[in-house]
Amino acid sequence: MADTANVEIDDKLLKKRLDKALFKNRSRAFLLVLPLLLFLLVAFIGPILYFLSHGFIDKTFAALMPQTTEALSEWDAVSDPTEEMFAAVVADMVVARKNKTIGRVATRVNRDKPGTRSLFTSSARKAAKLEAPFSESLPAVKKDWNDIEVWQAMKTASRQYTLGYYAAALDMKVNADGSFERQDEKRRIHMTLLLRTMQISFLVTVFCLALGYPVAYLLATLPARTSNLLLILVLLPFWTSILVRTTAWIAMLQAQGVVNDLLVFFGMTPDDARFSLIYNKTGTLIAMTHILLPFMVLPLYSVMKGIPPSYVRAAKSLGANNWTAFWRVYAPQTIPGIGAGALLVFIVAIGYYITPALVGGQDGTMISNIIDDHMRKSLNWNLAAALGGVLMVIVMVLYYVYDRIVGIDNMKLG
Amino acid sequence: MSNKPLVRFQNVQKSYDGKTLVVKDLNLDVEKGEFLTMLGPSGSGKTTCLMMLAGFEPATHGEIYLNDEPINNVPPHKRGIGMVFQNYALFPHMSVAENLAFPLEVRKMSAAESKKRVDKALDMVQLGGFGNRRPSQLSGGQQQRVAVARALVFDPDLVLMDEPLGALDKNLREQMQYEIKHIHETLGVTVVYVTHDQSEALTMSNRIAVFNDGVIQQLAPPDALYERPDNAFVAQFIGENNKLRGTVEELEGDYCVVRTQTGAPVYARAVNVGRKGDESTLSLRPERVLIDPDASAVQNMFEARVLELIYLGDHIRTRIELLGRDDFIVKVPNSANHALMREGDIVTVGWLQEDCRALDA
Repeated sequence: MADTANVEIDDKLLKKRLDKALFKNRSRAFLLVLPLLLFLLVAFIGPILYFLSHGFIDKTFAALMPQTTEALSEWDAVSDPTEEMFAAVVADMVVARKNKTIGRVATRVNRDKPGTRSLFTSSARKAAKLEAPFSESLPAVKKDWNDIEVWQAMKTASRQYTLGYYAAALDMKVNADGSFERQDEKRRIHMTLLLRTMQISFLVTVFCLALGYPVAYLLATLPARTSNLLLILVLLPFWTSILVRTTAWIAMLQAQGVVNDLLVFFGMTPDDARFSLIYNKTGTLIAMTHILLPFMVLPLYSVMKGIPPSYVRAAKSLGANNWTAFWRVYAPQTIPGIGAGALLVFIVAIGYYITPALVGGQDGTMISNIIDDHMRKSLNWNLAAALGGVLMVIVMVLYYVYDRIVGIDNMKLG
Repeated sequence: MSNKPLVRFQNVQKSYDGKTLVVKDLNLDVEKGEFLTMLGPSGSGKTTCLMMLAGFEPATHGEIYLNDEPINNVPPHKRGIGMVFQNYALFPHMSVAENLAFPLEVRKMSAAESKKRVDKALDMVQLGGFGNRRPSQLSGGQQQRVAVARALVFDPDLVLMDEPLGALDKNLREQMQYEIKHIHETLGVTVVYVTHDQSEALTMSNRIAVFNDGVIQQLAPPDALYERPDNAFVAQFIGENNKLRGTVEELEGDYCVVRTQTGAPVYARAVNVGRKGDESTLSLRPERVLIDPDASAVQNMFEARVLELIYLGDHIRTRIELLGRDDFIVKVPNSANHALMREGDIVTVGWLQEDCRALDA
């Protein structure tokens, strides 16, 4: 009895001793993973967070037009621009021209009000010679300076922290007074692409499930020798470069390709009305389904491998026919595999880029392709970051929903 | 046993690879209400027989009858045979009650009737109130009971059990043996039970079919199997056994004299020997060997050296060197005046001619 009392009193001491005893092992384990942790931090997490911040932060205008930015901050965006504002713009433009940064300013404002690029570049050339009052001399160079929308666009651009890019990613725009508004109809493009991306990803997931389920079942139930051969057939394309597989599909599906040639040869379609199987959504769907199939087959296979045949046998001995035994007993037990495979395929598909770029044509391109476009062509990294952010949020929401419905611990990746 | 058998195997053969027979020409009748155990080492064909009866493996040759109907071409779900699997095979995504209701549901039974039956079956295995649990929330013994209840809930004439107690620990296994035995007695259902555990078979069965090498070696009630094994395999497989080898020297009616390798004659009961001069294996149960017997009471008496003594509480397991064999076991009961022996002692042992069975080589 006395011993028990002692143990209770020493509870805290015991915990301390335990921590001390475990400290060495824990710190050793931590040191082992430290290099990888640092590498991920520097090469992966850091750049991603930095890049994502571009979706909210844009210091271009504020940095290059400091006086204008300060003058605009006082302005209510409704009344006529004041002389101080004109003077600030002229002063900033003189500096910007000397530093050869006026082009970047023009590009930045042009995003909020298209068609203003030349207004800045040409006005800047003459800015040094302008004399006060600037509210008259500047509009004399270009009468667009009297347009209040130009000033509103500048005020919007002058905000260092902005939701404007996220708004643009969702086909909206921020007005000078901070309110949101839907983009002009002809400039709406991202929502269409986002929805199409979701649709293609969903269809690819469904096709992969439909094609992958029987394959996984065969893999799990065939005798080891045959199933190993089959597994290699599944894995072989998995190990092949995406580029090679995508270009192979081009050879297969194009108008003069293998599939169309065969269809014409067997008289299933006339020579002058060949199917357009590529450079459209069909092409994207076919190529992506093929490429992502292993992501579905492997988790399913690993789950099915763990289901002993006695379950189906038990169902049959209890009076269930093959169909009932499959639906009521076998299929429910494969749900963790279906969930893992579907989530994996969908998440990989939603960010797919090379394949739609190569075989997507007009209506088969996806949101990643427009992100790439903003990264490399229009150089609007802020919008690219915002689009990437939206994509990430969508994936996270889906992950959360999946966790709610199926439970993430139920997922089995193999 | 005058009524027709419930199950009849007729010249059944089974081969998986087309080269070797796993089951060789099996003929077996299972009577109604009987508890029949198929006992044998692994690979002896007993589980294959059960799978053929359940319909999961087709017979390569021969016919199986259930209630006089040939069932070779009847799919498993139409045979109406309950089955308890080795790993229970309880559906993990269904609750206990749903598991039990499954066979009733596929038989399109009404919900009310089904619930009544499920509750009754759960009560039978003392698991009333566990209906809403998942199988994974139950202990091994409880899962086992659910599996038994599920195999019985749709009132099958025949229940097959494939080593159902293999995964349980020793105490629980013994308890479950009695429970299954009692359920069998209460319901009067016919049970075909497969096991490799001889004590399980001896405890539960009405009759035991001892399998080896795809052939039934002996089919008999438990006591007959132990006391009167037909051949050397059964004698060795069931219970502890002392083996002596020799040649039949004299054969007269039910008795014979076998000369062992050391040249000493042993008087035995001729059960399964051929002619004079044939090889024979003598079988002798350790508890039938007497230490320091009365010379006039036993026909066989030899000197032996004590090699090893193992204290087991109720008896002392004594290994002695006898007639050239050093693996001869004697069970000395731990009674008030049992013989005191030490390792290395020379003792006299003996046994009745009646207790020593001369079997095939």
